[in-house]
Amino acid sequence: MPRRKGAPEVNAGSMADIAFLLLIFFLVTTTIETDAGLDRMLPPIEPPEEDVIIKQKNIFTVNINRNGQLLVEDNLMDLKNLREAAVSFLENNADGTCTYCKGKKDPASSDNPTKAIISLKNDRETKYSTYITVQNELVGAYNDLRNREAQRLYGRDFTKMEAEYLNPETPSSVRDDLKDKVKRVQDMFPQKLSEAETSTN
Amino acid sequence: MAKFTKKKDGDLPAVSTASLPDIVFMLLFFFMTVTTMKDSSLLVENTLPNASEIKKLEKKDRVIYIYVGKPTQEYQKVFGTEPRIQLNDKFASVDEVGSYILAESAKKTQELQNVLTTALKVDKNANMGLITDIKQQLREVNALKVNYTTYEGDAFNNLQ
Repeated sequence: MPRRKGAPEVNAGSMADIAFLLLIFFLVTTTIETDAGLDRMLPPIEPPEEDVIIKQKNIFTVNINRNGQLLVEDNLMDLKNLREAAVSFLENNADGTCTYCKGKKDPASSDNPTKAIISLKNDRETKYSTYITVQNELVGAYNDLRNREAQRLYGRDFTKMEAEYLNPETPSSVRDDLKDKVKRVQDMFPQKLSEAETSTN
Repeated sequence: MAKFTKKKDGDLPAVSTASLPDIVFMLLFFFMTVTTMKDSSLLVENTLPNASEIKKLEKKDRVIYIYVGKPTQEYQKVFGTEPRIQLNDKFASVDEVGSYILAESAKKTQELQNVLTTALKVDKNANMGLITDIKQQLREVNALKVNYTTYEGDAFNNLQ
């Protein structure tokens, strides 16, 4: 058979299929994950210069033992009630200086939110998951109060405002506006969550 | 003239798909370049606990990871079943955490060194003793910003 044309063209039609296969592989295996979790600040190692005297009634002690049981203010408490107890402690407002609090003004509990401190202690044998649950409930207590005040002042949740403020994709004009609002609500209920050194016994 | 008339068959020429591979390859290269492979493989079991009051950990370049958990099946013969710390790609003891944090933060640029966060990815079955030791180490090197990395969910699921 005589050759009429040059060398026949290689069919490149399946090239797209191969490339698609690779593309789909990478699409499936890529996980653009953003981690999330509870943000906490550890106390600095050097003790403060002057000793601050804190009244016992301004400290809300939470102890977790090795079996995951809670001792809150020297009483055994179920984990489900912890958030409520922390909220009522924080906004107790015994000295009446906090105008936005709705607490019971119990003289045996905290003076006002800026003085209230939550102290969390745990055993070395405590399970991490229990510890995280307790942390979550305590942070939740602060968030509940802050959300309530943010709703009253600005008509939206504090947690949403803060997330938008921290999101790097938010335009800077919006962020500047949010900064003051977030700061104001934070100052209403400053987060004072102390993590003392673990008891060894 | 005969040559021109000969080609006219009447139907349209097929649309050339020769450039399709190029387009797909372009997409492929885009995904290949933006994909960041997980830089350290896990040597420990890492089922994180659940929490609801979480914040997103933005900007990965300012995060240092510490993994804690029981060694996985194939390492249990050598390292036992007690929870261990994993830094980068190897097991480490508690004393090494401080120097690891310092070494990692020295790799970052000057501006980032003050805003670094330490993400603690701890298995839910670990004990607090080890975590407390890590926290003490972090305090000693002044890496005070920590993030207990969790999954999003109801925190009470942890207790089961």
